[in-house]
Amino acid sequence: MSEKDLQKTENIAATEKIRNVKTFVPRVDIYETKDSLFLIADMPGVDEQSVDVELEKNILTIAGRVDPAEAKDKSIVYSEYEIGDYERIFTLSDEIDRDKIYATVKNGVLRLELPKAEKAKPKKITIKAA
Amino acid sequence: MFTPNLWRFRTIPDVVPEIANLRQQMNRIFNNIAQPTQQDFPAVNIWEDRDSAVVTAELPGIDTDKINIEVIGDMLTISGNREIEVLKEGETYLRQERGHGSFKRKIQLSFHIDAKKVEAHYEKGILSVTLPCLKEEMPKKIKIN
Repeated sequence: MSEKDLQKTENIAATEKIRNVKTFVPRVDIYETKDSLFLIADMPGVDEQSVDVELEKNILTIAGRVDPAEAKDKSIVYSEYEIGDYERIFTLSDEIDRDKIYATVKNGVLRLELPKAEKAKPKKITIKAA
Repeated sequence: MFTPNLWRFRTIPDVVPEIANLRQQMNRIFNNIAQPTQQDFPAVNIWEDRDSAVVTAELPGIDTDKINIEVIGDMLTISGNREIEVLKEGETYLRQERGHGSFKRKIQLSFHIDAKKVEAHYEKGILSVTLPCLKEEMPKKIKIN
């Protein structure tokens, strides 16, 4: 594994919730293809019902709610990670076609496809002999 | 200044267990200062009750056939490989924060595990392994005649 900080970072700037849970920053990968931007976020513990993706003007907010672990009649004897919600906010540029944003969740990973608007795609200009 | 609690300690011997307890708690705090290293992925939580333990780990986005769970004696080994998107020609990463690669972690429990009864679930990216204690090892109650 790469040598990154392995602890979850707490999201101090997140909007405060009424529920008494901590909010963490989900790690994301963002990559760009010819036609779209892909945003992949690690949010273990969320499924399609508990994730929220909102786009308001140019602000994209991804948020996930996680059930705090049930008691299971057992007591915790060793804890290395904390369980909590996730939230992260991004500012998008105008080049995203916001009507065609597509989101899926699988195994605790949120995958967003943000297609580029027509005018932002690189256009090949053909040259004709004059 | 003399809170009601202090009146419980009438003699020095009464205080000793409290001091030992305090030292144990201080040790626990200072042990946790160590930063998790590469050897510590994935982070686990361990829950225990009288006859079994549950080990949970956050492993989002992995296929279950890429995770290996092995049990021997009192040792649980979790290993596997997480791949991230491989990009084609013309695609670029703008940000890469998610970890990837192979991982292996050995966790030693306080009892020998009954390997036949181990169960593992992988749901929403969280792996949870239930490990029952070997029956022969459960403490036997002794009757006083």
